[in-house]
Order: sequence, then structure tokens, then C-alpha cells
Amino acid sequence: MAALGPDTGPALTIPKDAGGESLPPSGAATATTGSAATGDVTGSFWHRFTLGRPLAALIIQRLGLSVGLLFAVSLMIFGGVEALPGDFATTYLGQSATPQAVENIRKDLGLDRPLTERYLSWLGGAVQGDFGTSWASRNSVSEQIGNRLGNSLFLAFFAAIVSVPLAVALGMLAVQFRNRLPDRIINVVSLAAISLPEFFVGYLLILFFAVQMGVATFPATVYDGMGFTDRLSAIALPVATLVLVVLAHMMRMTRAAILNVMSSAYVETAELKGLGAFRIIARHAAPNAVAPVINVIALNLAYLVVGVVVVEVVFVYPGMGQYMVDAVTVRDMPVVQACGLIFAAFYIFLNMAADILAILANPRLRHPR
Amino acid sequence: MSDYKNYLANQVMLGKMNRREFIGRSLAAGVALSSAGTLFATSALAQEPKKGGHLKLGLEGAAATDSKDPAKALSQFMFVVGRNWGDMLVESEPLTGQPVPALAESWEPSADAATWTFTIRKGVKFHDGKELTIDDVIKTLQRHTDEKSESGALGVMKSIKEIKADGDKLVLVLTEGNADLPLLLTDYHLVIQPNGGFDNPDAMIGTGPYKVASFEAGVRATFERNADDWRQDRGFVDSIEMIAMNDATARIAALSSGQVHYINRVDPKTVDLLKRAPSVEILSTSGRGHYVFIMHCNTAPFDNSDLRMALKYSMDRENMVQTILSGYGKVGNDFPINSTYALFPEGIEQRAYDPDKAAFHYKKSGHSGPVLLRTSDVAFPNAVDAAVLYQQSAKKAGIEIEVKREPGDGYWSNVWNVQPFSTSYWGGRPTQDQMYSTAYLSTADWNDTRFLRPDFDKLLLEARSELDEAKRKDMYRTMAMMVRDEGGLILPMFNDFVNASTKSVKGYVHDIGNDMSNGYVATRVWLDA
Repeated sequence: MAALGPDTGPALTIPKDAGGESLPPSGAATATTGSAATGDVTGSFWHRFTLGRPLAALIIQRLGLSVGLLFAVSLMIFGGVEALPGDFATTYLGQSATPQAVENIRKDLGLDRPLTERYLSWLGGAVQGDFGTSWASRNSVSEQIGNRLGNSLFLAFFAAIVSVPLAVALGMLAVQFRNRLPDRIINVVSLAAISLPEFFVGYLLILFFAVQMGVATFPATVYDGMGFTDRLSAIALPVATLVLVVLAHMMRMTRAAILNVMSSAYVETAELKGLGAFRIIARHAAPNAVAPVINVIALNLAYLVVGVVVVEVVFVYPGMGQYMVDAVTVRDMPVVQACGLIFAAFYIFLNMAADILAILANPRLRHPR
Repeated sequence: MSDYKNYLANQVMLGKMNRREFIGRSLAAGVALSSAGTLFATSALAQEPKKGGHLKLGLEGAAATDSKDPAKALSQFMFVVGRNWGDMLVESEPLTGQPVPALAESWEPSADAATWTFTIRKGVKFHDGKELTIDDVIKTLQRHTDEKSESGALGVMKSIKEIKADGDKLVLVLTEGNADLPLLLTDYHLVIQPNGGFDNPDAMIGTGPYKVASFEAGVRATFERNADDWRQDRGFVDSIEMIAMNDATARIAALSSGQVHYINRVDPKTVDLLKRAPSVEILSTSGRGHYVFIMHCNTAPFDNSDLRMALKYSMDRENMVQTILSGYGKVGNDFPINSTYALFPEGIEQRAYDPDKAAFHYKKSGHSGPVLLRTSDVAFPNAVDAAVLYQQSAKKAGIEIEVKREPGDGYWSNVWNVQPFSTSYWGGRPTQDQMYSTAYLSTADWNDTRFLRPDFDKLLLEARSELDEAKRKDMYRTMAMMVRDEGGLILPMFNDFVNASTKSVKGYVHDIGNDMSNGYVATRVWLDA
């Protein structure tokens, strides 16, 4: 099951590289290479624009790139699902497929048309905002996704507002008490949390809080017409699990980034100038440490939306991940495509936001030479 | 048997069954008549169904892709959903598997069993207040018979040539005689819908004991009791909530924390752990589903009957039941029928693990080298473990089996019914005829053992239209022996349906028809606070 959908991978694997890539120097580099590449098309106007308003240029350029990326993603998903053994008709009917039934479904959905034609007709609809209807349930994809996406965002939002401040605060605390007991405790606990698979953390929480103590709500199913407080109590355990899973990563990055900056020459100079500790951190250290931290936070936020299928399954939470896995299992192409695009859009958007924030936070990037 | 007796006793108590009816049904079920008298005397002492309460089920098998149209119901979840809101024409008796009236009050076959006349119940109302008419019934059956339909019951309905009304009676004309027709109409896809569901197949409006209150595919379904239900012996709880729980551990956690009353698909490996919870009851029911190892009888090297026999004797069935099913199952005998079917041929010798005989046949077959077995855990739970166990027991007979693990994704389209030796699963069918017609008739699409025997086919067709039960039973015995001794089927075990409930759930009927009390679990149980 897990191999089919967006998996748990991203949080643990991507951030390191991506974080490094979007460190301040390369953020500027992307902007300049971009302008060089487009330079011959739009001429000197674009070049002046880039110099004059680097931020606006970056946003415009990123938006353009993301459209291209989304297009590539849709092509890859389409190709990927096509490459899986069996088409919708055979997998949907499973063991009970008769040639007649398979034939009926194929004809009905136009699966007998050539590959490119099917892709183009889907693309034509998608460009106009029509994601079509699910092959399996024959319902509008947009409508169904709206519901599921809302659930996913609800869960991710609460996980984020708990974990992000907590992670940053703990990171600073660790710096403050660097190499002393609080730092050690924070490190060991966070390492343990990051090492345990998320489903295991989930099961542990269920075991203690739902089964043995009976204080938490389980299953975490939410549905239409459920009251806000009921929803909050339903998502308490999954939020706790997600917080434990993403916390360590962000906390450690905060700690490392601040430590890194604190050991640099200009901080030392500031200290020698006689500036107060708070002023040093706030005015001199933080702006330089914020970029990598924001990047890690962005990736973890993206993970909270698109990568939590295992947590959804364990807690019986009706989010996007489970929806997409269900769709991939039966090769329900319109649903898979729409989910894939939304996931990709989230990653692109959050990364862009992280880069922009990093630039805003750092005057050197705002005014490149 | 006692479960069914209790069930009948409850009907008696509720005044839903008079003495005559009770004796009739008991006879059908083989309940000793002597007990009938005491039952009537003691029924007041037996537990009475309690009305009311909110029943919560945590079920595996739902997906966001589930369709509301009963014709397209495939998952375990939708199976129960359909049973809650709809009715078929005929139901099967929980313990004997005999057809009993539902929306059809009674039926009569012609002498050749090719024309059947059904009397449709009167005064039954759909959830929208419309009265059930013969027209609704005809339209429903027509929708499922349509070649273009995607109905899961299409295979069952193919044998019906003509559907018509004779006054207020339903007449079905078959392409050939079929003594089992009423049982075919128990198929869970064949829910009678207003105008056959032609107007709106997804409306989920039927005549069942519960009205659908809300439904979100792959997430949740809720139901309210239908106050106008035409039957009084069902629908005890006020409301039902079904929650999709595809994770086995989540189901167990939800049950043991008391968040749901009933869960399905308990992994046999964890049953013993679950049993320790004081509030939990394990509900294990014999079923017709079976785990199989299938060889293509027409493909080398399995076209060699001695090799097939050697492989059959190499199977340690007892060990399989103990290890793979943790004892929650029964050993199989290499034909796809067990005692839960009507007209089961008793007294066929049980095939046992016999390395000597296996070695003898293996030598006689002249085969050498490893035999390739393809498997995947989607074939049945722990199928890969089962294949390795089999590999070990065959090794003792000097037969080398090479186990190849295939990807689960696409297993049903690329391996099963394609490769000559693989593992698979068969759910039961309502009748022996159905089981054999689906998978052992030469012309069947799913003849997954490539069992091509004209004499078998002929016997199957003869048995189908034979109304004399004794003769029919004899024919089924001959057919069972053919499959057992000459077929490509190795059937080590029939799995039990293992479900669990909290102890407050009462009145659970162990229905041999299918899993979860044949899908009727929510309509049959009541809650005892």
C-alpha cells in the first residue's frame, strides 16, 4: 500500500539537499541564472527588471517555472500510472473481472483511445479547471478533493501551529544551554522521536491515551456536520503524532543554524563591541540563521499536507493521502492526476514561499550585486 | 447449530414466527424436533432483543472509489451498506443455506426448472414512501441482466433469458433449467430499487430496515431505522454508524477501547491477543472461502496427473490451518465445496499429508527439477508464508518447489489465471453449481485450473436442472471426486470468517452464507447496555 502513494520519505530525505540548495548564496544564484537564461528572449528590459526588483522578478520567474513543473508532473503521473500493470477496468473489477465487463468499462471511459489523445483531452479539461469525474465513483473530482483537502489542511494546520513554534523555541533553548543537560535531553528525545516510524508513534499514542487511559478520541474520523470542538478532539492524537515526527527535524536545524551563526566572526565582533546577547541574536544572528530554518519548516509543512498517508490510515483520518492511494490502487487516473498536481503545487508553493522569506530576511539577497 | 436455534427461538419469542413456521424452519435446518417444544416453553427465559441504541461498526474494505450503486458494490464495506438499506427477492437461511422468502413471498419452478414464478410481497414500501411493485422488481433484474451493465451479478444473471410479469407475479425464463435459481437471487448486488435504479442507481433507496442518513465513500456511512420496515424480526438498533478502518491495528484498538462495537477481518495471528481483552468477544464463523494453490491442468509440467497428485499429497493441510490460520479454519480436501453448502457430498475420504505417496507419484511422473510456484500476499493473507511452508513439506517428499514472490499490484491480472502454478483465493458461492460453473466448467472465464473435462461439464449441466435432491447430491459427489483426484486444485484450507465484537453486542447470527453474518450483522444484532 505504502509504496503506491506519496510516502513518508520526503521529510527525512529531501530536506537536507533542498535546504542546502536554497541557502542564501544559491537563492541569489537561481535568480541571476534565471535572468541570464531568459535574457535573450525579453532583452534588456527583463535584465533591468531583475536588477531593480529582484523579488518581483524571482516570483514571476518561479511562477512561470512552477507551471512548467506542474505540466511535467502531470506527464510523469500519467506515464507512471500507465506503466503500472493492468488498467482501470481490470484492476477495478479485480478477481471478478469478466472480459465482457472489462470491455464495457473500457469503452465507457474511452480507455480504448490512444494514449496521447487521452492525455491531451485530460489536459484540455484541467487547464480550464475541470478535473473530470472519478472513474470509479463517477463523482466530480474537484468536489471530492475539496472535502479531503480541507481535512488534510485542517490536520496540517494544527500540527504546524503546535510544532513550528515549539521546534524553534526548543532549538533556541538548546543553543542557550548548549552541551549542557537541557540540550542533551532535547537532543536525545528528538532523536528518538525521529527514529521511530510514525505509525509506531501513532500506535503507542493510541495504546496509552485511547485504549488504556481512555482520554483521547479514537478513531479520528471527521465528517460533514461535525462540530468544531469535536473535530479538534478527534485530531488530537494524529496532531500529537505528527508533531513528534516533524519536531525533531526543525528543532535540530534551528539549533545548528543558530550555532553556526553564533560562531562567526561578526557575532564575535558584536560581542566585543559590547552589544547585549538579545540584540546580537535578534539583529545580527537571526536574519542569517532564518533562511535554512525556513526551508526546513517549509518542507515539513509540505510533508504535513502530502506525506501523511500512514498517519491517516492508522488514525482512520479521511485526508488526501488515503484518497490518492485508493485511486492509485484502481488506476483511477483523473483522481490520481488531480491529487498529484495538488501535491506538487503544495511543494512548489511552499518552497517558493521559503525562498522569498529567506530573501526578505536577508538584505544581502534583497540587493544583489 | 445452536446459534440458529437461538435465532429461531428469538423469532418465536418476538411473536414473529408461529409454531408451525418454526417447526418448518427447524426441520429445514435439521434442528431436532424434540428441542422445539422446550424452546417454546423456555423462550420467555431466553434473552429478548432490546430495541434502541447506536451501533458502531469499524470495517475494513472501504475505499474512496466505492460506488453507491449496488450493482457495482465490490468491497466488504459496501456489502454491509447494501444489506442495511436494501432487500433482495430471496435470502438464504443463516445455517442451512436454503433459500427463504424476502421480497418474494414464495416461488414455484416448472417441471424442467427452466421457468420460475415468484409471488412478490405486497404492502412493502420503499424509503421514499412509494409502494414496491412488480415493475420495480422487473426493472431491477433487467438492469443487472443488461450486457452493458457493470453489475457484479451479471455472471449470475446471464442464464436468465426473459423477465416478465404474469399479473402481479414475476416470471423468469431461463436458458436452461436451474434448480438453484432462488439462491442466485440472494446475490448482494440484486437489491430491489425503485424503477430498478434506472432513474438514479446511486440513490440508496430501498426497502431495507435502515435508511441511509449520510454516506461518504471510503470514510463513513450512517443509517437511521426505517420505522415502516415490513419485517419485525430485524433492525433492533435505532441507528448505525459504519466507519471505514482499513488498518487492522486501528480496528483492534477501536474495539478494545470501546469506540466501536464490532470489527471485521481480525488477523488470525492477533486473535489470541485480542481475546485477552475482557470486553471483547471473538466471532468466528465457518465459511466457504478457501485458500488455494492452482495448477493449470493443460500446461507442462502440470499436464502430468501424477505430478499433480504428488503435489497434492505434499500439502500438510493440518499444519497450514494451524500456522496460516492459527486454527481459525478447516482443512480442505481438494474440491471447492465444504459442509456449509447444501447437498454437500459427505464421506469423501480426507486427503492427508503423505510424503511417501507424494514421492511415489513424483517418481512415476518422471518430472525432475524445481517446480515454480508464484505467490503474493494479495492472493490471501500470509500467502507467501503458506508457500514457504508448502515448500518445506514438499521437500520431505523429495519435491523441490521454487517460490517466486510476485508484486501484489496487478497480481490478479498478471499472475492469477495466467501463470500455470500460483496461489489464489476463492470466496464461496451460494450454491455448488455456482462454484463449479464459475471455476471448473471448461468454458468458464475463471477456469483457473484449466480443468477441461467434457464429462464434468455434462454432469454439471444435468445436475443444474435436476429437481430430485438425492440424484443431485449423487451427481455432486461424482463431480467432487473428479476435481479432487484429477483436477489442478490443491485446497489446503477453508478459512473461517474471524470478526470480533464487544460483549454488549447480542444476537449475532453465525451465517454460513458469507462474512459478517452474510452482511446482515447490523440488522440482526442488538445492544445490551
